Amino acid sequence: MSYQFLQILWFILIAVLWIGFYFLEGFDFGVGMLLPFIGKKDTERRAIINSIGSTWDGNEVWLLTAGGATFAAFPEWYATMFSGFYLALFLLLIGLIIRGVAFEYRSKDANPAWRNRFDWMIAVGSFLAALLLGAAFANLARGVPINADKMFTGNLFTLLNPYGLLGGVTTVAVFLLHGANFLGLKLEGALRERVNAAAKKLWIAATVLYIALGIFTYIAGFWARGIVSPGVVPIAAIAFLLAAGYFINQKREGWAFIMVALNVVFTQVTFFLMTFPNVMTSTTNPNWSLTIYNASSSQYTLTVMSIVALIFVPIVLAYQGWTYYMFRKRISDKKESLVY
Amino acid sequence: MDPITLSRLQFALTTIYHWLFVPLTLGLGWFVAFMQTRYYQTKDETWRKMTKFWGKLFLINFAIGVVTGIVQEFQFGMNWSEYSRYVGDIFGAPLAVEALLAFFMESTFLGIWIFGEGRVPEKAHLASIWLAALGSNLSAIWILLANGFMQAPPAASYVFNEANGRLEMVNFFALVGNPKAWIFIWHTLADGLVMASFLILAVSAYHLVRKQNVDFFKRSFQMAAWVGLVASLMIFFGGHAMGQFMYTSQPMKMAALEALWETEQPAPFSLLTIGDLSGKQEVWSVRIPYAMSFLACNNFTCEVKGVNELQAQAVAQFGPGDYIPLMIVTYWTFRIMMFFGLIMIGIAAFFVWKMMRGDITKAKWMKWVPWVLILPYLANASGWILTEMGRQPWIVYGLLKVQDAVSPNLTVVDLWISLIGYTVVYGSLAVAMVYLMKKTALAGPDAAIHESVDVAPAIVGSQD
Repeated sequence: MSYQFLQILWFILIAVLWIGFYFLEGFDFGVGMLLPFIGKKDTERRAIINSIGSTWDGNEVWLLTAGGATFAAFPEWYATMFSGFYLALFLLLIGLIIRGVAFEYRSKDANPAWRNRFDWMIAVGSFLAALLLGAAFANLARGVPINADKMFTGNLFTLLNPYGLLGGVTTVAVFLLHGANFLGLKLEGALRERVNAAAKKLWIAATVLYIALGIFTYIAGFWARGIVSPGVVPIAAIAFLLAAGYFINQKREGWAFIMVALNVVFTQVTFFLMTFPNVMTSTTNPNWSLTIYNASSSQYTLTVMSIVALIFVPIVLAYQGWTYYMFRKRISDKKESLVY
Repeated sequence: MDPITLSRLQFALTTIYHWLFVPLTLGLGWFVAFMQTRYYQTKDETWRKMTKFWGKLFLINFAIGVVTGIVQEFQFGMNWSEYSRYVGDIFGAPLAVEALLAFFMESTFLGIWIFGEGRVPEKAHLASIWLAALGSNLSAIWILLANGFMQAPPAASYVFNEANGRLEMVNFFALVGNPKAWIFIWHTLADGLVMASFLILAVSAYHLVRKQNVDFFKRSFQMAAWVGLVASLMIFFGGHAMGQFMYTSQPMKMAALEALWETEQPAPFSLLTIGDLSGKQEVWSVRIPYAMSFLACNNFTCEVKGVNELQAQAVAQFGPGDYIPLMIVTYWTFRIMMFFGLIMIGIAAFFVWKMMRGDITKAKWMKWVPWVLILPYLANASGWILTEMGRQPWIVYGLLKVQDAVSPNLTVVDLWISLIGYTVVYGSLAVAMVYLMKKTALAGPDAAIHESVDVAPAIVGSQD
């Protein structure tokens, strides 16, 4: 396989990992943020957590794999982005840490104060993670200051520009909606109604923010800097979001979930199309951008990694899919069914 | 403090902390899987209770191990970007494989195990705990292969690329066949079993003294004593093999952990050495003749090079600089690790011997047994501090120095924020974890089957 082919292949594979992560962990983050607001009683909160209980940890591995794959396939991208976004990633990690531990610990003590505290840690951790991921990707789309030595020359405040913040807030809103739709599919009775009512309001917020982000992207010209035009993909993403609003009003939860899921997927596809073949665009000098060509591993390493991915990705997809199939039933908030 | 020191401190803090939890995950998973298998075969209710009880402790510990692991993967890029650029072509591969092969397996199947009882077929539920245990041990294997490259990069695995100034992989099989790494893997996976054994011994002894659930804890104790003995002996032989490997691949670490200033043949083993304040010179020592030669090369007469000669060699080879690790640390961590390791072998052998001679449940010494839990924790941490501090000033032995590996864009303020942040969050989580572990362990198996799911309503938005 030619070197260029491998570089493009790994760009696509990393895009797929991020898309998978956004799709799967997107609703997990949404569920986490909704937890203290939708769940009023302990049994309700437990039902909400159980809706993602068996799968959230596996979903989060998509992020770890995206990180590992970036390190292996594009070490310069990994080095520049992770050191450059240092404090943002630090906060993201703190969010993921408190959230992950809280999922496991919140039920292991019966003290209501203990549980309430961990429930809020789940919500705050999910919020931080969604906000920072959104801001990070918006900044990647916008471009960041990078010098001739492939070094990030800004700081945390460089990332806190209006576009980055809008990207963060929009991601939070879309994930909230995605999570509400997921819960609509997994819960029963009063909880289900409550979450469907929340989805209506969240849809308005998510749609307004999303369209604002789209307009900003277009006007600021982050749109078509790469060699590939995103074309109809972002138009489709907006159409999916609008369709979701229709299905939410029609109380067709399955379709509403699919539509927002497609919006999340198409948004990420748009991002990767916009940036290709850059992986980090330099605002200092376009010639100093990191591309899939100047940031990648050697041909040998990419070949080895391709073989590994070819063998193991299908296996992983098969058993993760099987898990969702096994836990496909709705979750009631009746006490006896919540016990593990 | 300068950015390099802060980054090193943070890496040490986060790694040592992470490693307080991982060995128990590695070992206890196998125990729980075995217990559940025995229940599956015999339908003996005690095995089921054992699975539940030890499984609950496993999960409390697992949660912190897994979340702190994310930090580990991100830190190479965040704090050590120049390292990542220089060796990413090689070092990134085992990390990516670890995520793809091991993390997915571990977390997906653990999710099935926690939530799947009665929802997935019994056989699939049993398989899921085996796969989760296998996944966590596979992840240890891949990260140790990555670490093995930092300790003793196999010459056949890489070349230096003049054009872009970095190391590139030329033979993946040389990387994964690194003998140094496999000795480490042996040592580390056995260490997981010892850690789990000593936890089980300590908790079981606590209950046996109080005559609670005697059958349950006697069975647990016996199992753990046997596994603990075998695994601690495995560690011992692994450690001995490591010594001989170090003798050829990292002679400076060897000399530093011995505080051996001058080359000696045959070399003695130091029981106690006092250095001067600079740590670079010996003032007084008690040594066992020939013993160091035996540790280094399995015979009593070989020559072991001293720090001073190795320093001169390194200067000749790599240019001026200080190539001597911080000897007070390497010297003492080696002794703590080794002496505690030997004590653990002795303790496990004592238990097994007593078990073979009769009923141990009423033994007078049982009340002291819970204290053994401290031994594996101290030995583990010491072993890793020795390994990592012993290769200073190198981050990749002989190829890249720590001072050249750090992210150049990070400021002291960035680093203080993250260092304090991690310390506060990790510290709080440790408090919650110890509280839950202790509560669960002391409550015993009857309380462990179910969690309550209906406590008083939580008031939304309340600040309690």
